[in-house]
Amino acid sequence: MTRTVKDSDMNGTPMVRAEGVHKSFGAAHILKGIDLEVAPREVFCLIGPSGSGKSTFLRCINHLEKINAGRLSVDGELVGYRQKGDKLYELKDSEVARKRRDIGMVFQRFNLFPHMTAIENIMEAPVQVGGETKAVARARAERLLDRVGLADKAGHYPSRLSGGQQQRVAIARALAMEPKLMLFDEPTSALDPELVGDVLDVMRDLAQDGMTMIVVTHEMGFAREVGDALVFMDDGVVVESGHPREVLTNPQHDRTKSFLSKVL
Amino acid sequence: MTVDIHKSDGPQDGPRDVTRVAPESIKAIPVRHYGRYVSAVVAIGVLVALVYAFAQGDVNWDAVPDYFFDSQILTGVKNTVVITVLAMLLGVVLGIVLAVMRLSKNPVTSAIAWFYIWFFRGTPVYVQLLVWFNLGIVFEYINLGPIYKDEWSSFMTPFLCALLGLGLNEAAYMAEICRAGLQSVDEGQTEAAHALGMSHGRTLRRIVVPQAMRVIVPPTGNEVINMLKTSSLAVAVQYTELLRATQNVSQTSGATVEMLFLAAVWYMILTSVLSIGQYYLERYYARGSSRSLPPTPFQRIRVNLLSLGRPKGGVA
Repeated sequence: MTRTVKDSDMNGTPMVRAEGVHKSFGAAHILKGIDLEVAPREVFCLIGPSGSGKSTFLRCINHLEKINAGRLSVDGELVGYRQKGDKLYELKDSEVARKRRDIGMVFQRFNLFPHMTAIENIMEAPVQVGGETKAVARARAERLLDRVGLADKAGHYPSRLSGGQQQRVAIARALAMEPKLMLFDEPTSALDPELVGDVLDVMRDLAQDGMTMIVVTHEMGFAREVGDALVFMDDGVVVESGHPREVLTNPQHDRTKSFLSKVL
Repeated sequence: MTVDIHKSDGPQDGPRDVTRVAPESIKAIPVRHYGRYVSAVVAIGVLVALVYAFAQGDVNWDAVPDYFFDSQILTGVKNTVVITVLAMLLGVVLGIVLAVMRLSKNPVTSAIAWFYIWFFRGTPVYVQLLVWFNLGIVFEYINLGPIYKDEWSSFMTPFLCALLGLGLNEAAYMAEICRAGLQSVDEGQTEAAHALGMSHGRTLRRIVVPQAMRVIVPPTGNEVINMLKTSSLAVAVQYTELLRATQNVSQTSGATVEMLFLAAVWYMILTSVLSIGQYYLERYYARGSSRSLPPTPFQRIRVNLLSLGRPKGGVA
């Protein structure tokens, strides 16, 4: 069953802390002041209608998007900036890249590297970024492939794998850098229904191991069963938050109710 | 058809009958395409007239094989290949630099790259070659400070004129080909690489460029073939490539038209070799993108030879 978040974790530094985060693309105001905290070892689910800003917020966490206002920090350190006194300094590209190594990300469209085999995809970052030897990286890549149930697909190019298999390789690729936080951007939305289960199994297994996960999802069953916290976003703001079972079974706001009535 | 109805009430011999009674093939009078006969006759007539004209002309055909491996001609062939390879190399390297400059977020480098491409694509390569050749009229010396100093005429050799004229022009075209290739790679690839903590440079080198090659290689092959032919314009700057070599021979031998035919044959041989090389290069960069590669001509010939001995339909 779901793990209960330990009190000691809650009292420590949150893994992610957002305070009044705003983001706009030109005239489009996507995030209108997001405040939330994600505790270590927590499975944090983000739900909401499309265009509500959940994916954008996720991409802000590893600085794929720059926020316009507010403060966003991961493990106590600001994302994309360094604070000296009351001044903010933008981080260099190399510093941003170094911080991203600790944050794994899984995309809706998998984004595997098509010119590399499954195992080469997983080895790429440890060898190129982590400076590991190929032998060490290969050994861990094999373990990770085994963990996601694809040990026999190591030499396959992504074009020869099904969507579900590609997404599991993508999860293994993100895990290869041994991140302390995993971001999932609608990981099952591009999959055929019968392939969703395998991917969710891998994510459930990961949650059991105590990985901190932020999951943008439409899988309410997964959120209810595995999630420790859930946030409903709409139109760039957090409408409602709480424990998944409470929010999903007993929503308080009208917008949450109308959204859930459409998806459940 | 009555036959079918009759057969269907005997179920056990049904399948056997199907194989025995083949459907009656249609026997109809085909439409006569008179236009095709007419156009074929006209085309053959024109061809015959052309051959006749050349047969009547005072062409000394023997001169072509006689001079085919003449040492002057072979030097010309060698120089044509050398200038093609080097000018292409200059074009590719400079083209990649220009493409990266063009796509960079720095407005100054991007504008400079834009201007370069605009200038070199906007002027004929023949004019560019003549400009390089005649720069000696405006510059007496070349002076690169402490590195190099010489008289212009001994610095700007015909070879260097041809190399710069052809290579710098090619760079503008290669820049556009490379830019299209780099932009063809899905943005999700860059994001995935960045999310793994890869730097911009490493993302470009490890992830984007290998995928862009599939788009870049085919037009680059065309550029090489074009370059081989365009190198004949280097005649204008006194560079002794294939065309100039044949002209030199024709001055001594008097066989002007024959030597032009000879040059044409050599060019066709060289471009044919390049086409074959391009085919295999494209196959290499298609790996991972298509599930099974089409067979090479050699593989196809081998399969055809093997199946010759078997009766038709033997595969099933």
